[in-house]
Amino acid sequence: MNIYMIARILLYILLAPFVGGLLSGIDRVFSARMQGRQGPPLFQPFYDVSKLLSKQTTVVNSIQILFVTSYLIFTIFTGALFFAGGDMLLVFFALSMSEVVMVLAAFSTNGPYSIMGAQRELLQMMCYEPMTLLVAIGFYYANGSFMVNELAKADVPAIAQIPGFFIGFVFVLLIKLRKSPFDLSTSHHMHQEMVKGLTTDLSGGNLALVEIAEWYDVVLMMGIVGMFFVTSAPISILGAVIACAVVFFLETLIDNLFPRVKYMTMLKVTWSVILIFAGTNLLILNVLK
Amino acid sequence: MYVKGANTLANLLNLVYFLILFPFCMAIIISIFKHASLFRSLIIMLGGLTIMGVAIYVAVNVLMSGDTSKFVYLEHAEIPEKVILVGEVFLMGLVCFLSIKYKKYYAIIFSLVGTLPVLWMDLTHQAVEGNTCLRIDTFAAVMYLIVGFVGILICIYASGYMKDYHHHHTDVEDRSGYFLALMFVFLGAMFGLISSDNLGFIYFFWEITSVCSFLMIGYTRTEEAVNNSFRALWMNLLGGCGFAAGLMYCNLCLGISNLSQITPGTSAQLIIPVTLFAFAALTKSAQFPFSRWLLGAMVAPTPSSALLHSATMVKIGVYMLIRIAPVMYGTLTGIMITVIGGFTFFAASLLAITVSDGKKVLAYSTISNLGLITACAGTGTTEGVWAAVMLVLFHAVSKSLLFQTVGDIENCMGSRDIEDMHGLIIKLPRLAFIMIIGICGMFMAPFGMLVSKWAALKSFVDSGSVWLVLFLVFGSGSTLFYWAKWLGKICAVIHQSFELEDITPRSEMVSIFPLTTMIVVMCFAFPWMSGNMIQPILDEAYHTNIPDVIGGSDVIIMMIMVAMVFIIPIGSRIMSIGKNSKMTMSYVAGVNAGDDRHYIDSFGKERALYMSNWYMDEVFGEKKFLKPCIYIAAVLVAVMLIVVVGGAI
Repeated sequence: MNIYMIARILLYILLAPFVGGLLSGIDRVFSARMQGRQGPPLFQPFYDVSKLLSKQTTVVNSIQILFVTSYLIFTIFTGALFFAGGDMLLVFFALSMSEVVMVLAAFSTNGPYSIMGAQRELLQMMCYEPMTLLVAIGFYYANGSFMVNELAKADVPAIAQIPGFFIGFVFVLLIKLRKSPFDLSTSHHMHQEMVKGLTTDLSGGNLALVEIAEWYDVVLMMGIVGMFFVTSAPISILGAVIACAVVFFLETLIDNLFPRVKYMTMLKVTWSVILIFAGTNLLILNVLK
Repeated sequence: MYVKGANTLANLLNLVYFLILFPFCMAIIISIFKHASLFRSLIIMLGGLTIMGVAIYVAVNVLMSGDTSKFVYLEHAEIPEKVILVGEVFLMGLVCFLSIKYKKYYAIIFSLVGTLPVLWMDLTHQAVEGNTCLRIDTFAAVMYLIVGFVGILICIYASGYMKDYHHHHTDVEDRSGYFLALMFVFLGAMFGLISSDNLGFIYFFWEITSVCSFLMIGYTRTEEAVNNSFRALWMNLLGGCGFAAGLMYCNLCLGISNLSQITPGTSAQLIIPVTLFAFAALTKSAQFPFSRWLLGAMVAPTPSSALLHSATMVKIGVYMLIRIAPVMYGTLTGIMITVIGGFTFFAASLLAITVSDGKKVLAYSTISNLGLITACAGTGTTEGVWAAVMLVLFHAVSKSLLFQTVGDIENCMGSRDIEDMHGLIIKLPRLAFIMIIGICGMFMAPFGMLVSKWAALKSFVDSGSVWLVLFLVFGSGSTLFYWAKWLGKICAVIHQSFELEDITPRSEMVSIFPLTTMIVVMCFAFPWMSGNMIQPILDEAYHTNIPDVIGGSDVIIMMIMVAMVFIIPIGSRIMSIGKNSKMTMSYVAGVNAGDDRHYIDSFGKERALYMSNWYMDEVFGEKKFLKPCIYIAAVLVAVMLIVVVGGAI
């Protein structure tokens, strides 16, 4: 634990909400333009959250807020662990822990839509969990370490060795960020068959906390995308940022192109994609070693 | 100084004899008391705690000695060989008698095939003699801790549980004295098996556990129980036949009589008995294709499940595998065992999604986790063995706690179905809280099982076992799904629901509280356990030191996570977060009818509302998925036996 690590953690904790909120705003503007709408202003997510925070919070039970707060804290912890240069596997374990807490928040409400969202969210986790673990393993194969700060000192960008993992990860990112066609557990629009799914019974401050946690989450995910491109050369960071921008745009594009699929389709497609791309890549790497 | 050392040695030897023999004496005493009484509970408590104390004393002595080489061989066997011969004949007779009584004649064949050749070998003095019989090394000490601590707690739990059980199940004849006696016999056999080095002794204790589990499963004597118990019997006796074959091959062809002589590089032929032992271990550990006996075992009262699943029966199989792991390194047997284990881990975790009976979920989870342990041991690498031993430790504690809690919940609510555990946190807060810790211990991040899984993953990656990596990552996904949905069911807060009467007797809490505490303590203690318990095992098995599998900064971060898990709920309680918020009812897209379980439909009628969990029964339900899994695994086992054993002969 040195001063740079602490600085990076602090920077992440302070800046990630702004970057994440901004990304969310960009997402909405992009989507609107793709649909031929004017769309909200870029800073709309911040206006939304500040309004949510000023509203009275109604809860369904008294442990809901505990879970939601834990979700936010664990998500921040996960991101901080990543940007401090911690163990990649541990990052993903912490990530699934925070997700489980969020699911429990929905379960605890006993509301039909929340529980449906929670079940679907669990299924989504089951879909992307193999890939997130494989990403860590892929990095280990490529650069011989699980530690993010050592991975960042690579000579060659990891993508050169693990392109299959990259494709797989970008694919499961759709599920992780709950983008259509895999936005099973929640939707951006009301009046659908599952209302708001996971967050149906959250309101006011609680909902704001979830929004903020998701901003942190997006930044973490983009950080992992960037990891595929980062080398010891400082200029590579620019490449990583460009890659993140492209991936983010791609995710938004796909979000707008495809309708939601059934859960079985999601499970089959995702696991096949992971097996075909990441699995094959892993086999090849193993043979080459 | 030397004299003192010799004294401690002799003392320890006596204590080991005590550990093996005293549970059998306890069994005899308990079987006198046919029905539950305070006196019987007291005897179980006192005797049990004595055994626990002695086991811990021996284990701590061995662990703290720093040099276990002096414990490796305790000279001269004082348990006469004749006792074992008589015991084997008795077991065979018992099996034959019960098989004829229940008209399940096939069990006789397995029993005869497994016992008679060994008897012939012993009686004609063809067995290699003169070697020592007992060995207490670090691994044995670690197993002592598991059997002594977890096993005894289950016995204490059982003394209270059986009373309630017969209170609820009036149709079952009260033979609880016999049942409790069997549990102690089981523990005695476990201690014997762990301490033995002579393969013949191990085989004897191995058969005792097979027959014991058979008797326990058939406790209720219903048709289902009888069928399931005979299934358990034939599968385990089949494994016993494999063990007997390996034992005879060792004695007759290789001139080996002891487990500790089976070390890599001794002889190329060694792979034959190792494969046979591994086969026997697969049956004991309920790996596919032999999983069905463990699934059937849940017809028996819960303590027997807890005992079979956590501290004893299934752990014998993986104990054996870990013992022979160094020989399996880099062999076809090792590869096949890892593949079978990895496959079992994945397939059983998918099957666990589809069942809603709490005990059945636990059973599949046991099979799945043992698959992981099997796979780890099969790699034969040091990291693999490290992960395997860690998994054995954490699994024993978490699983016994979960079984006991499910048993208590069943006694309180009359059901052990997960769907009926909806809102358990309101109905039975104390048990729900313990259950949450137990479940978290099985899959959540800072807790033990995950640490071991993490180590397993690293060991698979390092040994280049790509298929295992894939099995493990996909299996982790489904594992997360089935545990988290159970956790969700428990956490649902139902309005206007009332706390049920928690009738869990104090004797059961005597068992449950230490186990719960242990799960939490082990989260903090695992670096210490790695250094003081597992590292010496690796020293003994491989004569090498490995760097910490999970070490340095990771440990600190894990500790922070554990601390967070406990501080956040407590902190929010203190700061009374969320207490001032306005309460409302959950959203049902319509009008709630008074609470969150009823709503008014479009015709103005009040309707009940219930959200069931997902089981995906039609996708990988037992009916569809179990058979193919068994066939695939059976082919794998057959290939292993034919290629390795047939090829070498």
